[in-house]
Amino acid sequence: MPIREERPAWARAVRTGAAGLVLGGLSLAHAQAPAPKASDFQVQLWASSCMSCHGPDGKAVGTGLAIGGKPAQELYNKLLGYKNGKLPATVMHQHAKGYSDDELARIAEHFASLK
Amino acid sequence: MQRRQLLKAGAGVVAITGTPWVGAQAPRRVVVIGGGFGGATAARYLRQFNPDLSITLIEPADTFVMCPMSNRVVHGGLQLRDISRPYDRFVSRHGLRWVRGRAEAIDPVAREVRVGKERVPYDHLIVSPGVDYVYDGIEGLQTAEQQARVPHAWKAGPQTQQLRDQLQAMPDNGVVAMTIPKVPYRCPPGPYERASLIAHYLQARKPKAKLLVFDANPEIQAKKGLFEAVWKKRYAGLIEYVPSADLKAVDAAGGVLRFDMQGEVKAQVLNVIPPQRAGEVARGAGLANAGNRWCGVDFLSYESTAVAGVHVLGDSIAAAPGMPKSGHMANQQAKVCAGAITARLRGIEVPSDPIIANTCYSFVSQTDVIHVASVHRYDADKKTMLPVPGAGGLSSEPNMIEGIYAMAWATNILNDTLGA
Repeated sequence: MPIREERPAWARAVRTGAAGLVLGGLSLAHAQAPAPKASDFQVQLWASSCMSCHGPDGKAVGTGLAIGGKPAQELYNKLLGYKNGKLPATVMHQHAKGYSDDELARIAEHFASLK
Repeated sequence: MQRRQLLKAGAGVVAITGTPWVGAQAPRRVVVIGGGFGGATAARYLRQFNPDLSITLIEPADTFVMCPMSNRVVHGGLQLRDISRPYDRFVSRHGLRWVRGRAEAIDPVAREVRVGKERVPYDHLIVSPGVDYVYDGIEGLQTAEQQARVPHAWKAGPQTQQLRDQLQAMPDNGVVAMTIPKVPYRCPPGPYERASLIAHYLQARKPKAKLLVFDANPEIQAKKGLFEAVWKKRYAGLIEYVPSADLKAVDAAGGVLRFDMQGEVKAQVLNVIPPQRAGEVARGAGLANAGNRWCGVDFLSYESTAVAGVHVLGDSIAAAPGMPKSGHMANQQAKVCAGAITARLRGIEVPSDPIIANTCYSFVSQTDVIHVASVHRYDADKKTMLPVPGAGGLSSEPNMIEGIYAMAWATNILNDTLGA
């Protein structure tokens, strides 16, 4: 899975806050040729995959499943927590592992934009 | 690079029109055959992406009845109306034209679909007809009348209720026999969920009765360890599981099943789930280019590898490795397909990095549920979708929390597919 450094500024801040070492990783990424950026439409399609369980536009029925319009940083932190095994889950830990951190950030940003 | 983009964007369409469809000259008629998880989701998302597109849904039923949760109707936990949703509000809310009939044939040259006397023209066609049932080689189930006495209940609706009624009418010490076809079939864990829930019903209401499960496959095809553990722990003595059982004949009136190796079995309730293949309209149009049984597709667009301009979704496709025939998967494929058609209409590159997922809950009792999940990504070299290693997985054991999530899932995916 290609690693893309295309996270929005707020998501980079999240990671920098979590571990100072990442700054070095970022500068390394800058030194390489820029990876292709997933289009906004591609991100919209990724997010639409989540809506089977989380409802159209993230307007789900069921405790905790409605994620449309929630702050991007909150969603991203949760997704990373699931992926890293730090947040308990029934199924989200298994889904989150299928995505790069950058993809999770873009998806979080998309859900945050839904009203 | 430019040429690669053009090929990606235009795919099979280039060959026919000479140029990709772009901008104001773009043809704007999409026709969708089948209002299930594939077709209805495709129509809904096409509308979301393209407010002005002409979208026609061809669907004979006035109400969608979802297969997921239909095993809960069989055991009595839900009623058919709980898993049904009429099409009328969906159709009007999303501005669809609804042709209330069965798509009988596709003419890919004239680009039209025949529905009775009507001919419905299309520029892009989406075919999502579900599966057809194949009774070839099962003696005694050749006529419609014989088949009607032995409900498969593998398309939710009247047969689901029929199976429920037969279970209720069965004597207290009766025998239920179900048969499972060879893979691939719709919903890999479905037969084992059904077995669990029939056993759950018998345990509560007819504890002297017995369930025989004859599987044409050599072993349980999904969530194997979890189902085996549940059957041993909760339903010991109630379920007898027989692998590699090839059904040869059925005496519907006498209540007898005959197998290649296992001989004859008598039962009061027969539930024969027949082998399956792509829906008739897809096969008739030459779309079933995988063994004349399933429809090959390009996994970036779900465009048929046999006929340009025709997309196939859901249970009818020749699935990618590890990709189950499930309602969830059809719903996911439909969004990729709607995205690809939209990209062509907009004259932009078809998104080349699809990520889709499957989440499948099975009830093993009135309250307890197990799941299997997977994430699938496109492999550009192999030109197929592959499960992401390390992602996905199973429940650790049956639990009630996922029973709640399973019901929320059912509501949310129905809203995502057919919500107004």
